[in-house]
Amino acid sequence: MTDTPAPRHIPDRLDKPLSSAIFSWEALLVVIAVVIFAVNSFASPYFLDPWSLSDLTFNFTEKGLIALAMALLIISGEIDLSVAAIVALASTMMGMAVQAGAGTPVLVLIGIAVGLACGAFNGLLVTRLGLPSIVVTIGTMSLFRGIAFIILGDQAYKGYPESFAFFGQGYVWWVFSFELALFLVAALIYWFVLHRTSFGRRVFAIGNNPVACQFSGVRVDRIKFILFCLTGLMSGIASVLITSRLGSTRPSIAQGYELEAITMVVLGGVSILGGAGSILGVVLAAFIMGLVTFGLGLLNVPGIVMSIFIGLLLIIVIALPIVWRRLREGRFA
Amino acid sequence: MKSFLKYREIWLLAGIVVLIGLISTRFPGFADPANLRQVFNDTSILMILALGQMVVILTRSIDLSMASNLCFTGMVVAMLNAAHPAIPIPVLIVIALAVGLVLGAINGFLVWRLNIPSIVVTLGTLTIYRGTTFVVSGGAWVNADQMSPDFIDFQRAAFFGLPVLSWIAIIVIALFFLVMTRTAIGRSIYAIGVNPTASVYAGIDVGRTKFIVFCISGIIGGLAGYLWISRYVIASVEVANGYELNIIAACVIGGISIAGGIGSVGGAVLGALFLGIISNALPVINISPFWQMAISGSAIILAVVLNARGERRQGRIILRKAEAA
Repeated sequence: MTDTPAPRHIPDRLDKPLSSAIFSWEALLVVIAVVIFAVNSFASPYFLDPWSLSDLTFNFTEKGLIALAMALLIISGEIDLSVAAIVALASTMMGMAVQAGAGTPVLVLIGIAVGLACGAFNGLLVTRLGLPSIVVTIGTMSLFRGIAFIILGDQAYKGYPESFAFFGQGYVWWVFSFELALFLVAALIYWFVLHRTSFGRRVFAIGNNPVACQFSGVRVDRIKFILFCLTGLMSGIASVLITSRLGSTRPSIAQGYELEAITMVVLGGVSILGGAGSILGVVLAAFIMGLVTFGLGLLNVPGIVMSIFIGLLLIIVIALPIVWRRLREGRFA
Repeated sequence: MKSFLKYREIWLLAGIVVLIGLISTRFPGFADPANLRQVFNDTSILMILALGQMVVILTRSIDLSMASNLCFTGMVVAMLNAAHPAIPIPVLIVIALAVGLVLGAINGFLVWRLNIPSIVVTLGTLTIYRGTTFVVSGGAWVNADQMSPDFIDFQRAAFFGLPVLSWIAIIVIALFFLVMTRTAIGRSIYAIGVNPTASVYAGIDVGRTKFIVFCISGIIGGLAGYLWISRYVIASVEVANGYELNIIAACVIGGISIAGGIGSVGGAVLGALFLGIISNALPVINISPFWQMAISGSAIILAVVLNARGERRQGRIILRKAEAA
């Protein structure tokens, strides 16, 4: 490769391969999804069964719910690495409530409230004290999961009421699970908020230039605070679903979910630098990740090997438009 | 004296001394030199890793793949040792450094040539490297009885009163200190973090320098891979799972700004020591090890709150006042 001229290499304002490719991004994702779907249905005779496909959705709905809120947060230029720890803490609190004899409605309320409170705590630290979110949430990630470990140690909470199992195991109609329905409804709400309201426009604006936003009368800190609360809230909801699906709580629950949720968001075309992205992309990315893991699972590929595919997918999909553009520039230069 | 107190490292050192003092009230033997040497030795690997992460963070990047690199390289050298016990340990260490370098160079290349943000690249390679470990090993473990005695004993050999592991940490610390304060590349790394645009105009190749820092963190990951496996004498896919965040935590506690350009070798070392002291102290003062995670988390938050006081940009204050009014 030849040396590019120096001024083009100024890295604090990276050129925008993501946002320039955003128009075709969802198209690219759809193509990938169709290809993986086709490969899967050829590779395994069990794949095209409605119940198989229904099982598939459980692979991504919980992380997907978190990814929806995370997308908004990343578009605004922040990040939350503590989401999986919030899931663990919320689940632990629900487990404690079960031991105290709480019923299903109380459990759900506790799960969601703990998530919201954790999100608000992150939001306060980031906006009130002006701290970088990546560091704050690395700290709260240890703190939240650490509290779960203090409470539970190497124990586990069980004995969730039977009616509680509906959220993670129930079906609303035929093969459509409650989890999938909730994910689709949430996706619709997030799509509307991000792409059809002034709040959504502000989220994009903050991601592009928070200082200019401040001077334009956008309450940057308040919006960021709300986004942290939303991410906590969605983590709380995800916690209810996971706890209900597994029927037990261990402090190591949902380990590594934060990186998977962020992978979904980035794969979905959201710029990690903020300011660009779409909900449709994130939903497609969630489906793709579900397809990959489920398809490979049917072929008896171990989970850890699947993660190679997810990692490669992430890098290749991000690199593809950049390499493509470089090639074209090279040809026409 | 005032300028002396300005240094973050002094405060951190004072904090560590107070911490050791507090622990000593519960367990008098803790401040014993022999015990402190032990704590230093226990923390050696984390210190080395924190230094590797530091140079990356200084350039406004991040390397999330270090623990996976450690896991992969450790597995490679452990399998090599199990299959060919005759390979001398220094050769194995060179191999570990080389494997780590390759993994780091892959990260660096993607960041440099394709301009993909480092957090995305290393998020991908984090899973890829660990997954590849599984492929390479077939999911099997390498146990202590498969490793040669040399492989296990090398880092434990005493040398002037300290184990070789401690000496390796001391040499790495000294090397980093020299590079960061006495060489052009060290100054370039700081310059990029403080102001990338100005660095370009000052003639620094930002992309190439980032490539180099990822190579450094890769080499360090590789070195730590051998040290980790020979210390805990088990190589598996689960080795150091999630440890990448501990490394970053050590850096943050050590006062290295995630926004780049601020941080020192002393800070990274002290940050790692702080975490090492906590994990060593909990069992002896009868606190359940389950507390450790929450305590480190609180320490990280506290450290970042304290660090931020010195870094706050002055220009924004007027606006913040106006907003409050």
